[in-house]
Amino acid sequence: MNWGGWAEFWAMGGKGFYVWGSYAVTFACLAIEIVLLRRRTREAKA
Amino acid sequence: MSTSMKWFWFASPQTFFPLAGTLARWSGVLAVLLALAGLYVGFFVAPTDAQQGEAYRIIFIHVPAAWMSMFLYVVMAFWAAIGLAFNTRLSGMMASAIAPTGALFTFIALWTGSLWGRPTWGAYWVWDARLTSELILLFLYLGFMALQAAIDDPRRADRAGAVLAIVGVVNVPIIYYSVKWWNTLHQGASVSLTRAPSMASTMLTGMLLMALAFWAYSIAASLVRVRCIIRERE
Repeated sequence: MNWGGWAEFWAMGGKGFYVWGSYAVTFACLAIEIVLLRRRTREAKA
Repeated sequence: MSTSMKWFWFASPQTFFPLAGTLARWSGVLAVLLALAGLYVGFFVAPTDAQQGEAYRIIFIHVPAAWMSMFLYVVMAFWAAIGLAFNTRLSGMMASAIAPTGALFTFIALWTGSLWGRPTWGAYWVWDARLTSELILLFLYLGFMALQAAIDDPRRADRAGAVLAIVGVVNVPIIYYSVKWWNTLHQGASVSLTRAPSMASTMLTGMLLMALAFWAYSIAASLVRVRCIIRERE
């Protein structure tokens, strides 16, 4: 286990902005693609 | 049905359609499970890096995304070339279906690289050979998509896109070897086929799990998109 608690986990040794900025944008991009694919599937079926 | 006929069976969009649906569903489930395992190993098992502290944890998405960006381009160019050579409808559809996901992973590789560059090199962006060739890869994907979107007849769009995709494939080895051919700020490969990886085994495990997760995700997304394309065109 690497972390003394949640605060330490989110701080990422002071590099939280870079680490979470990477992960947040990555998963947001994937989520947007999934939403767009769902919409396209719905429209293609119609 | 003879063996050679069986191969052509799935080359028909109609017969491929249900198979693609089943494969997409299972790949999607696999992607979620692998990503959960990869994130767990990446954040809770892999130790803090001695030199970079916690900032290195960006590696668990950066390297897999960069691998996928190059791999998907090669697969896209492969299908485009098959379509051009044999004039098979499904091949061109596969190439078009892969492009947006490839562009997405290229963007993710650039974005996470930039957020990793700032704390380690002191700059979000440098015009270094690795970064520049990866940016060109993004433009190749976007160019392929724009070219196809600009041509109304789908078969002509497939052929025009195929030429662009095949010419652009020369950029992939340039990206891969850029860290050897030029003096770059970007570090060399941490994992290669010819020698032992230069990283802790738990770090490597997390990275490989995330790579497999992105792989499964790409298969799922491309197959869902190819099903849309089949429905739209046929």
